[in-house]
Amino acid sequence: MNYKWDWGILLQEPYFGWIWAGFGWTCAVAILAWMIALSLGSVIGVLRTIPHPLPRAIGTAYVELFRNIPLLVQLFLWYFVVPEVVPREAGMFLKRGLPMPEFWTAVVCLGFYHGARVAEQVRSGIGAIRDGQRQAALAMGLTTTQVYRYVLLPVSYRIIIPPLTSDFLGVFKNSSLALTIGVIELTARSRQIEEYTFQGFEAFAAATVLYSLVTFAVMTLMHVTERRTRIPGMISLEAK
Amino acid sequence: MIRTFRTAFAAAAAFVLAGALPALAQESPTLKKIKAAGEISIGHREASVPFAFMDQAGKPQGYSVDLCLKIVDEVKKELNLPNLKVKFVAINAQTRIPLIANGTIDIECGSTTNNLTRAKQGDFLPVTFITGSKLLVKKGSGIKSLADMNGKRASISSGTTNEKALLAEIEKRKIKVETVMVKDHPQAMLNLESGRVDAYASDDVLLYGMISTAKDPSQWEVVGEFFSYDPYGLMIPRNDSDYRLLATRVIADLMRSGEMEKIYNKWFNPGPTNIKMPISADLKKAFSIQALPY
Amino acid sequence: MFGGFDYAVLERALPLLWQGMLFTLQLTGLAICGGVFFGTLLALMRLSPFRPVSFFAASYVNFFRSLPLILVIFWFYFLVPKMLGWPIGGFYSVLIAFVMFEAAYYCEIIRAGIQSVTRAQVHAGSALGLTYGQTMRLIILPQAFRNMLPVLLTQSIIMFQDTSLVYVVGLKDFLTTADLIANRDNRPVELFIFAAVVYFVLCLIGSTSARRLQRTYAI
Repeated sequence: MNYKWDWGILLQEPYFGWIWAGFGWTCAVAILAWMIALSLGSVIGVLRTIPHPLPRAIGTAYVELFRNIPLLVQLFLWYFVVPEVVPREAGMFLKRGLPMPEFWTAVVCLGFYHGARVAEQVRSGIGAIRDGQRQAALAMGLTTTQVYRYVLLPVSYRIIIPPLTSDFLGVFKNSSLALTIGVIELTARSRQIEEYTFQGFEAFAAATVLYSLVTFAVMTLMHVTERRTRIPGMISLEAK
Repeated sequence: MIRTFRTAFAAAAAFVLAGALPALAQESPTLKKIKAAGEISIGHREASVPFAFMDQAGKPQGYSVDLCLKIVDEVKKELNLPNLKVKFVAINAQTRIPLIANGTIDIECGSTTNNLTRAKQGDFLPVTFITGSKLLVKKGSGIKSLADMNGKRASISSGTTNEKALLAEIEKRKIKVETVMVKDHPQAMLNLESGRVDAYASDDVLLYGMISTAKDPSQWEVVGEFFSYDPYGLMIPRNDSDYRLLATRVIADLMRSGEMEKIYNKWFNPGPTNIKMPISADLKKAFSIQALPY
Repeated sequence: MFGGFDYAVLERALPLLWQGMLFTLQLTGLAICGGVFFGTLLALMRLSPFRPVSFFAASYVNFFRSLPLILVIFWFYFLVPKMLGWPIGGFYSVLIAFVMFEAAYYCEIIRAGIQSVTRAQVHAGSALGLTYGQTMRLIILPQAFRNMLPVLLTQSIIMFQDTSLVYVVGLKDFLTTADLIANRDNRPVELFIFAAVVYFVLCLIGSTSARRLQRTYAI
């Protein structure tokens, strides 16, 4: 193969700084999006388990809508379409008013997309709890809200730690799509280094290693947490 | 296993072709590959008006495409393959150089600046256009040059010389410009039209090309002084002197015979998109200097 | 500034969009075949009693599952032809990327499917004098595939959606075509909404049938 290796390039400025800056943006997008996904997903997931047709329908509609459109299309909808169909001032705010519009667009888009996935996990987590617990809680005089707040959700979160972890890693990986609207995160940075230096192997390898390391670290953390919080007598759901 | 396969394949190909090829093609890896594949791959930009862009039917056309097709004609003659298939591969600013370097395309027809960094990845044919970076803005925006960009937002296309030039200027002038990376010129135009950014930094001629295809050309203007020097050339794979000689000969012939200027006028003066850019004195000079004799 | 929704733009765009959809379907179809084939191989390797083999397969799966698909596409699109020394064309580059990437995901599904068939059947197979290969091919895999069919279908829908990522290298799939026309005609609202609706309808049909399969087909 006709290729001049130069691993040193990764330690040279500005490329070294670029990789870390890109990594920082990847983490920022992923963590903020995950916060949205977790809160939104919990609400939607709970809606889908409530024994009333209307909230169920809303929950189902949300999940079906966000799961059946490719993430990249959703990103383009948020970025190109939403600012044009809302009132003019609001559109201008989305395009220029808020600082770093591209970044926040990506965060919101990923948050809503993964919210649908989290909702499915929360729902299956609640579904995995034997109905006796709900009935017992109701029999003790708890209101429905209290049943969710003190019984169903805490138990459910503990058994869905593994699938939630893979969802978090999903957000982390999918944050790379933000490069299509101009957020210069890790993958975009590695490609930029490729464009500036033509040392593509080294640049992509650096990104690959960073992504793998994060996955490895998060998985290890997950196993520790999972062992600590495991409920005796209940099997936690498999990671996807 | 791949290597054995490759060696075997190369040996077989060499055996089959040894008798059939003229001397030149025997030396040139690119011509050998074209002959073996029965097709030549032309990488073309999709929206670099008027160098390489799509007509309504989705076929690539333009100044650079015409020049590439002239070279293809010569390749056909050289290989004695009048029915050589031409495969058009769509490329963009980010993919063009890697695709030349990894051999996916045999020639790049777009609007690529010939510079010494890129020359490490591919060889350039003689200079066929001379331009430089400027800014495209909406008329009445108040932006007259780079100095007015402080606190504004600008799009740049990733993988271009303009990207580096603008970032360097921002650094040098200590102005605050928020940059938004875009994939290609049309996305930049969309960003401008929707008011997301105030300016787009690209080569002056491409900015005029964008204006000429805009819905309302009277809305737009190109402003400021040049902040980079961008001589264009067609790009071909590196380390292939024979192929390079063949292509250079075609370009030199066109320049010597005056046909180059005719092709230029076809696309620029006024050109199908009405870009109206008569040939510059510099370019005219460049044509006559590069019209090498036999 | 974009005015009302302009259907005429879509009408003019339809022939090109159809071309794009054909590309998407072709890529999806081939990638599913390749992905399931290599996924099955990987799954069998992961379940192999021979440690190095199962270790290799597990590492492969974990490695690919830790990477974003865009990065994998870049690797294969830019760097594989360089590595091989000869060009294989954009389509094949991304096809290989998808097959390698999705095989890791299919492997996990298929492994779970194989493990869902009781161990006793393997013993029964060997007791009948079948070789390991025969037991797998004739007894285990047919049942396993039946069990995992819904999940396989779900994964294939995800992959159908994932093919839109070839946008990053400019291959003309359905989404890239929509994007090109959106830019050319300056009608992003119409084109992207149309693209979203088409994807939504196709994927909804897919996921609904996956659920139906799950109900009627499970053993």
